[in-house]
Amino acid sequence: MGQRQNATADGSRGECVVEFRGVSLEYTYRGKSTHALNRVDLGVRRGEFVAIVGPSGCGKTTFLKLISGLLLPTGGAVVVGGKPVHGPLKVVGMAFQNPTLLPWRTTLGNVLLPLEIVEPHRTRYRHDRRPYVEAAQRLLTSVHLDGFADRHPWQLSGGMQQRTSLCRALVHDPEILLLDEPFGALDAFTREELWCVLQDLWSERRCTVILVTHDLREAIFLADTVYVMSKRPGRLVSRTEVGFARPRTLEGCFTPEFLELFRTIRKQIGDVRDETG
Amino acid sequence: MVSRRKFYDYVLPTFAIIGVFLVWEIVVLLFKLPRYILPAPTAVWASLIKWHSAIWFHALQTLYTTLVGFGVAVAFGLLLGWLIGYSAIVYKSLYPLLIAFNSIPKVAIVPVLVIWFGIGTVPAVLTAFLISFFPIVVNVATGLATLEPELQDVLRSLGAGRFQSFRKVGLPRTMPYFFASMKVAVTLAFVGSVISETVASNRGVGYLMIAASSRFDVPLVFAGLVVIAALGVLLYVAFGVLEGRLTSWAYRR
Repeated sequence: MGQRQNATADGSRGECVVEFRGVSLEYTYRGKSTHALNRVDLGVRRGEFVAIVGPSGCGKTTFLKLISGLLLPTGGAVVVGGKPVHGPLKVVGMAFQNPTLLPWRTTLGNVLLPLEIVEPHRTRYRHDRRPYVEAAQRLLTSVHLDGFADRHPWQLSGGMQQRTSLCRALVHDPEILLLDEPFGALDAFTREELWCVLQDLWSERRCTVILVTHDLREAIFLADTVYVMSKRPGRLVSRTEVGFARPRTLEGCFTPEFLELFRTIRKQIGDVRDETG
Repeated sequence: MVSRRKFYDYVLPTFAIIGVFLVWEIVVLLFKLPRYILPAPTAVWASLIKWHSAIWFHALQTLYTTLVGFGVAVAFGLLLGWLIGYSAIVYKSLYPLLIAFNSIPKVAIVPVLVIWFGIGTVPAVLTAFLISFFPIVVNVATGLATLEPELQDVLRSLGAGRFQSFRKVGLPRTMPYFFASMKVAVTLAFVGSVISETVASNRGVGYLMIAASSRFDVPLVFAGLVVIAALGVLLYVAFGVLEGRLTSWAYRR
């Protein structure tokens, strides 16, 4: 209990874009009720890069779905931009573990998809596509996908697909970017390459990012704040600020400070895993 | 020198067709089969030439009823397929009824249609429709029902409504299933209209064949069969080309 309050205290200062107020989620599947989240409190400042790490199956994805409004809490309230969430939000961009690109669309077509749905872009996009297409092309260039705009998803490698998915999550300039283990299915080298891509994108836009991952190095490399989540029912058991200067480099992952932080948080996760629940 | 692809796509099937006709001709010659039992391909060809204007007239009628019936089946099949694939309630309530209906031999319905609409074009169109809409419904519904929930989540996370989600994901996703079923359905539609014409019509290839067989003009009966088969292949190929154009993404071309 003490740890949970500890996790809240620091996060709630300043202007919060995303706030969890005693959020619980219980769902019933085939008559069995599961407690996915138990009274979670959290505050995310505008422009903050937050990472949530925890063992698999601890309800991390549930967490993101609550913020985006895909799921609604059964207890407490999720507040985004000062308003309680009642349904899917338009101010968020989401990238999933799988690239989930539409196979009948080209890379560019996939990136442009949110503009056909999210207002006010939708109306403007219908009126004049050109500025949007140019912006999407620039976005693709920034993730080194220029020249692949007219390819179909199956003609891209896994890393390229995931980069496309990132562009799609960002094209409508969301205030909040939600990342659900976006690099989980990639090989180590591609993953590290995409960390840098993501860092660049974020430094450019300074949107609020909430990244859910089971890769602790990824969390420390990218985030301002790392939260550790417990096994089901999920709680936030610790909060660690990562003070390393930006832009961070991959070499930075091997400095003693980085490794020390890694070890500390690693131990917290280990403790969480050992809890028999 | 033809390319390998062309060889497999065109040359081999052509040889296979010629081969069948050759074997047929040889069997007829070898066993000295009389032409009122099995006419040789050359005799069928001669009959095609001899009756070409009548055959042309009846073939056009059959093509017309088939395409109209098929067109209605496409519209109806798409709508019902989407509805069934989209809503579990509609699926559960309508599926047994659909299967029961599809199990009824359509030839048994033609007399009823004749009572209602008289002989001729209308029963042929309706039979073509009734026989060909089922595969379209089943395929379109399957396409929609097997839609990945992840893709729907992408749309939902953008705040898309049900209709938007359907337009951006559901509809394109069902297209490969739809086109695959069109190829089956169009050949079935032929079966439907010819059945109806054989039972109750004074027009169409089905009628032509019945008339010919009552005169023991067996080569003309076979000429009718060949015409129907050729039309079937023609439409199948046409929809195959359309499919390749519109859903190339599904075949990764």
